[in-house]
Amino acid sequence: MNETLILRTPAADEMAASTVVASARAPAAMGPPAGAPLALEVDRARKVFAKRPGLAARLRAGRRGAARAEAARAVVAVDDVSFAVAQGEIFGLLGPNGTGKSTLIRLMSTLLIPDGGAIRVFGRDVVRDEMTVKRMINRVSVEASFFKKLTPMENLQYAARLYRIEPGAAHDRIVAILRRLGLDDRAIFAPMEDMSRGMQQKVAIARAFLTSPVILLLDEPTTGLDPHSKRDVQAFVREMRDTHATTVILTTHDMYEADALCDRVAIIDGGRFVALDTPAGLKRTIAGPDRSAPTLEDVFLALTGRALEEGAAPDPS
Amino acid sequence: MTTIGGELRASYAFVERNINLVKRYWGWELVWIAYSIANTLAVVLIALGVNSAVGARALDPGHVSRLVLFLAVGALVWHYLGVVFSVVSEMISWERWEGTIEYTFMAPVRRSTHMVGTTLFSFVYGLVHTAIILAVVVLVFDLDMRRANFAGATLVLLAGSLSLIGIGIMGAVLPLLYPERGPEMTHVIRASLVLVSGVYITPAEMPEPLRTLSYLSPATYVLEGIRAALIDGAGVAALAPTLAGLLVCGLILIPLGVRVFSWGERHAKRTGRLKRSG
Repeated sequence: MNETLILRTPAADEMAASTVVASARAPAAMGPPAGAPLALEVDRARKVFAKRPGLAARLRAGRRGAARAEAARAVVAVDDVSFAVAQGEIFGLLGPNGTGKSTLIRLMSTLLIPDGGAIRVFGRDVVRDEMTVKRMINRVSVEASFFKKLTPMENLQYAARLYRIEPGAAHDRIVAILRRLGLDDRAIFAPMEDMSRGMQQKVAIARAFLTSPVILLLDEPTTGLDPHSKRDVQAFVREMRDTHATTVILTTHDMYEADALCDRVAIIDGGRFVALDTPAGLKRTIAGPDRSAPTLEDVFLALTGRALEEGAAPDPS
Repeated sequence: MTTIGGELRASYAFVERNINLVKRYWGWELVWIAYSIANTLAVVLIALGVNSAVGARALDPGHVSRLVLFLAVGALVWHYLGVVFSVVSEMISWERWEGTIEYTFMAPVRRSTHMVGTTLFSFVYGLVHTAIILAVVVLVFDLDMRRANFAGATLVLLAGSLSLIGIGIMGAVLPLLYPERGPEMTHVIRASLVLVSGVYITPAEMPEPLRTLSYLSPATYVLEGIRAALIDGAGVAALAPTLAGLLVCGLILIPLGVRVFSWGERHAKRTGRLKRSG
C-alpha cells in the first residue's frame, strides 16, 4: 500500500507537522498502480504567465526596467509538477480557484505550451507530437462551449467531422449517447441556447464520449449542476472508464466527488502538488476534528491552511 | 494515415458549421443584406446625380451610363472581396464570440484544414451575397453590359480572391493575439484596403500618398482587371498580365499568411491567450 506523499504544506506547516503522517519523497514513488501501461506522464511541468506592463509604463521604465517589472508581475501557474497516471485510472486534481488545475489541464490538452518539463500521452510529447496527442484526448470544461444557436446534433456532427467520424455513423451514435444521458429527441434537435446548464454539460460529455478519447480531461465538469445531473455525469464517467478503459483526469472543487470517483487524488496549491495518494490514504494522514472520520476537506484544510472556497489569485491562463 | 481527401472532408466541417450558423442567424443575415443593398445603391446613385451636383451637364448620358457601371462594379467587387476578407479574418473572432475556440484548437485538424474550410465557405457566402445585391442593382439601374467579358471578369475575381485570403489569414492573427482589440484591428485593415484600392475612383486620381499605397494593394489590380473586362470588354489575353500578377501575389500571400498565423498560434499558446473571450 502506498504511503501518502506530502510534498509541501505552505500555509499550515505548523499544523501539518503535528497532524500529517507522511514524508515527502520522489513523486515516482507515489506512481500509478503497477502493471497497467502509463497513459500520462507529467515530468517537472512548469508554466509561468508574464504580465507585461502597459506601453506607457514600458517606455517610462526603459528596456531593463520593463523586463524587471514584467518578471515581478509574472505568475507561476504550474511549478515543477510531476506525476504519472495509468491507463484506466481516474485521477483527481483538487484545489481552489487559481492554483493551477486548469492550467495543468490546458497543458495536457495542447492548448498551452509548457515553459519547462515535459508532458507525454502514451509516450507522445504534447508539443512535438501535438497532432497524435490531440487524437487521443478530449476535454470537458466548466463552460459547455458550444455554438449556442446550433442544436446538439449540429454541434456534435461538427465535432464528429473534426475527429474524422463518418457523418452517417456519427448521427446514430450521437442520438444513442444523448438518449443515454437523458436528452429526449426534441432536445437533440433544438438550439442549445434553450437548454439548461446541466443539459448543456451533458451534451459536452457526449461530445467527449463521441470521439472515444483514451484520455478524458474533465475540468470541473459538474460545477453548477444540480445533484441529479451531477450524479448522471459521475455515473457516465465511471461507465467510460469501465467500458472503454478511458483514463480520466478530473479537476474539481467538490471533495465528495473526488472521494467517490477518483482512484488517486493530488492536492494542488500555488501551482505545486502538496499531497498525492488515494482518497483513503489522504484521509488516513490526519486525525479528524473531534476524532470523527476525516474527510478530504479536512485533509485539504490541514495541508493548505484554507478552505476550497477561499481560492487564490484568479487563474491567469 | 492522413490523406488530402481526409483533410478536405475535415475542412467541410467548417463549411457545414458556418452554413448552419448562417441559417440560425437568419435575422441578422437579412439585416446585413439589406444594409449591403442600400449601401451599394447609394454609391451607384451618385453617378445619376453627378450632373445636378455640379450644376451643369458635365457628363452626357453615355458617360453617366459608364460611371454607373464603374461604381456598380467597384461596389459589388469590393463587397465580394470584403466578405471573403471578413469571413477569413473573423474565423478566430467567431470562435471567441461563441466560446468554442479551445475546442476547435484542441481538435486533431491542421490549421491549414481549418483555413481551407473557412475559405471555401467565404467563396460561397461572398458569391451568394454579391449575387443577391447584383440582382437588385440590375433591377434598379440600366447597366450597359453589351461589351462585358464575364469569363475574364470571373477569372480575375478568382485569382484576386487568393490575395485577399492571404491578407485575411494574416488579419485573423490579430483576434488571436489581442482578444479585446483584435476584431477592430481587422476592420481597420478592411477600411484601409477600401481607401487605397480604387474602389470608387481610379488610383491615378488619388492624392499622394494614397496613390502610391494603391499600387501595393492587390484589390487595386482586381478592380482594374474586372472593370477592364466588364466595361471595356477586355479579353483573357489582355487580362493575362493582371491574372499572372494576382496569382503570384496570392501564391506569396497565402503561405505568408499561414506562416504568420502559425507564429501567432504558437505565441498564443505560450502566453495563454487562447482562453480569454473577446
